[in-house]
Amino acid sequence: MFKIVRRQEMTGGTVILNEIEAPLIAKKARPGQFVILKANENGERIPLTMADTDPEKGTITIIYMVVGKSTALFRDLQVGDSYQDVIGPLGKATHLEKVGKVICVGGGTGVAVLHPITRGLKEVGNDVTCIIGARNKDLLILEDEMKKASHDLRVCTDDGSYGHHGFVTQVMQEILDAGGVKLVVAIGPVPMMKAVSKITKDYNVPTMVSLNPIMVDGTGMCGGCRVTIGGETKFACVDGPEFDGHQVDYDELIKRLQAYQEEERECHRQYCTIRDAK
Amino acid sequence: MADIAEKARKNPRVPMPEQEPKVRARNFLEVPTGYTMKMAQEEASRCLQCKKPGCVNGCPVGVDIPGFIDFIVQGDMSGAIRHLWKMNALPAVCGRVCPQEIQCEGQCIVGKKGQPVAIGNLERFCADYEREHGTGELPPKQPATGKRVAVVGSGPSGLTVAGDLIVKGHDVTIFEAFHKPGGVLVYGIPEFRLPKAIVAQEVNFLARLGVKVECNAVVGRTVSLDELFTEGYEAIYVGVGAGLPKFMNLPGENLVGILSANEYLTRANLMKAYQYPDVDTPIPHGKNVVVLGAGNVAMDSARTAMRLGAETVKIVYRRSRDEMPARKAEIHHAEEEGIEMCLLTNPTRYLGNEKGRLTGMECLRMELGEPDASGRRRPIPIKGSEYLVDCDLCIVAVGSGANPLLTSETSDMQLNKWGYIVTDTATGKTTKKGVWAGGDIVTGAATVILAMGAGRQAANSIHNYLTLGW
Ligand SMILES: Cc1cc2nc3c(=O)[nH]c(=O)nc-3n(C[C@H](O)[C@H](O)[C@H](O)COP(=O)(O)OP(=O)(O)OC[C@H]3O[C@@H](n4cnc5c(N)ncnc54)[C@H](O)[C@@H]3O)c2cc1C
Ligand SMILES: Cc1cc2nc3c(=O)[nH]c(=O)nc-3n(C[C@H](O)[C@H](O)[C@H](O)COP(=O)(O)OP(=O)(O)OC[C@H]3O[C@@H](n4cnc5c(N)ncnc54)[C@H](O)[C@@H]3O)c2cc1C
Ligand code: SF4
Ligand code: SF4
Ligand code: FES
Repeated sequence: MFKIVRRQEMTGGTVILNEIEAPLIAKKARPGQFVILKANENGERIPLTMADTDPEKGTITIIYMVVGKSTALFRDLQVGDSYQDVIGPLGKATHLEKVGKVICVGGGTGVAVLHPITRGLKEVGNDVTCIIGARNKDLLILEDEMKKASHDLRVCTDDGSYGHHGFVTQVMQEILDAGGVKLVVAIGPVPMMKAVSKITKDYNVPTMVSLNPIMVDGTGMCGGCRVTIGGETKFACVDGPEFDGHQVDYDELIKRLQAYQEEERECHRQYCTIRDAK
Repeated sequence: MADIAEKARKNPRVPMPEQEPKVRARNFLEVPTGYTMKMAQEEASRCLQCKKPGCVNGCPVGVDIPGFIDFIVQGDMSGAIRHLWKMNALPAVCGRVCPQEIQCEGQCIVGKKGQPVAIGNLERFCADYEREHGTGELPPKQPATGKRVAVVGSGPSGLTVAGDLIVKGHDVTIFEAFHKPGGVLVYGIPEFRLPKAIVAQEVNFLARLGVKVECNAVVGRTVSLDELFTEGYEAIYVGVGAGLPKFMNLPGENLVGILSANEYLTRANLMKAYQYPDVDTPIPHGKNVVVLGAGNVAMDSARTAMRLGAETVKIVYRRSRDEMPARKAEIHHAEEEGIEMCLLTNPTRYLGNEKGRLTGMECLRMELGEPDASGRRRPIPIKGSEYLVDCDLCIVAVGSGANPLLTSETSDMQLNKWGYIVTDTATGKTTKKGVWAGGDIVTGAATVILAMGAGRQAANSIHNYLTLGW
């Protein structure tokens, strides 16, 4: 069992942070890697990136958006409750290298995934500008943490309720125009990563994205997480989750993410009805 | 011989009671319901107690078949199961899933003139009887040696190693990547063929003997082989199976609705997705389902699809019936349940709609040509024979390969060109000191009993190493 030692609600309860006891994983994990969690006996195996780890304390931190039944179930776990299963660390770690000027772009809960990578890129000596975005001020997460993890933080909101009024891509483009950018890291909703990659391709700036296809085992055994990279099929759980943003078939990924949409909506609805009745 | 022929004819094999095909094709309960004591004794009495039994030669682990059958005839069920356990730690499993027709039963003398003795059914009966009526008494254990052994993977081969070494007094821990132990027995082979309660009981038996089981431990990620040595394990057995799904690399393969058999069966069996939404893992429900391949994995996928409510299920296979690798009983059961066999047929591409979902596939008819390297007649396409098959779900069951997750993190262990671990055939030793391997990760996808046989061999060698040296 994997006990929750800290729980925090963000953005009014739609995004949740859990710090979980998982000493073996905490010792091994590198930025960019993920875990698979299962709440209870009948639970689904859900992949989430580690937003932070504390090897001394033996804990890992996950930050997730509540989108369906399984994440709703996770939200209901309190401090002292446990996840039945946590498996990891999975996936390849981010290749952290000093290249010079770097832009890290994060959207939605992608910011949580971006956090350890940003910090790692800064630690190895890069000049890191970070751009984070959300639909509005209330949905913004980890602003202070991202400020600390980078040299310069820019914030965007779609509705202008905070920071720059507009998309992260606009701010990114201004920085790219100034020149000298050696690497862009973009993590967030698939359409955002697609848009970022399209722009950086014009500027010829290498771009790394982190993909989130539906997974089951996370060990390369089922092939459910197939993504097309440069015309070739890859398994995101073992070959990724990070890939060259210019090579990704985003449209295919968007369609594959909707594979179980109808079933999931029904399952989540039932869960909410039962819970609300209690 | 005339005598045997006469006996075989007069005395046909006792059929195994089964659920009606129409009923079982829509439920997940076990298909054969098992012999009664009376049936078992009647079937056991068909055995001629041969002095030089062919059946034993046919069994990869050399189970003393006339020996355990004689206990049944005598009505000594406790004796029967204890006799079986000497060579086979998982008779409840083997009795159900061994390809008996090419192993023990294939060599039974009675089978030369009629139907062979139902060795598998009897083996299963003994194990089921022990489970239901037995004392649950544990076998005696040797005094503790204080030596620690790590077993990586909890499939049949890992379970065998663990069982053998714990009774020899060693301290054994199994590390399993999934959240539940059992390997293919829990994630691959469906409930209707091998009830999961049986596997759980076998694992529980080992736990009662003192074997520790660490689930959620992905060796190569959570912990490496070298770290296990540092932690004080003196020997390691690697039995991680052949868990890498093969696809056919056809155009359109990433459409929604095309799954590897590994994914489909894992959702259905390990995650119990057939109980969705009472459990949280969904599984696609196809109306018209195509399964590619004709081995046990393909039959299991097709029959699962039928049970999930499909209107039509087709097995598409490029060779002919004679080459189908599945157990005969599975092919027979599948056909009874309404699964169509589209033989000498090969898919060429998948078709999808604007939502990226599978709507059909194009197939090509084949004919048999000259024998190929495997001795089987090579299927060759018939020009211009393309036709379309409507389908909204396709399960790809065309084989599996070596998963590199652990081996790629272990640089000093030699692999062959397909990525399987190279071992010494007599002992199971790998080229890395203190590490043994066996089962599908050495042989490629094979059978439960071969994986167990490899486990037993390695366990003996590990015991020698721990007591005598490398
Ligand atoms: C490697 C990896 C790392 C991830 N890291 C994080 C993270 O740090 N924080 C976080 O909030 N989320 C992360 N995700 C996404 C997270 O796994 C999904 O949001 C979660 O599986 C949804 O489960 P659910 O049952 O609550 O929702 P479901 O009911 O399964 O789905 C609800 C909706 O979300 C979509 N969806 C389903 N699965 C995924 C998926 N894998 N990715 C995106 N959308 C999905 C569905 O299309 C559906 O519309 C990650 C995914 C992967 C593969
Ligand atoms: C659907 C299906 C049906 C089959 N039907 C039959 C049949 O009817 N008769 C028959 O004889 N054979 C059948 N087989 C084949 C048989 O199941 C296998 O040959 C046998 O299970 C191999 O045993 P194993 O112990 O080598 O590996 P597996 O049973 O594959 O077990 C390996 C275990 O290791 C774990 N593992 C993998 N990597 C790691 C890691 N890095 N760290 C920790 N754990 C790890 C896996 O999760 C798994 O639990 C079937 C196979 C399948 C898939
Ligand atoms: S282990 Fe398998 S092959 Fe051997 S006797 Fe039993 S059923 Fe037959
Ligand atoms: S070959 Fe057949 S008849 Fe002879 S001992 Fe074996 S099972 Fe009995
Ligand atoms: S999640 Fe199964 S192969 Fe990646």
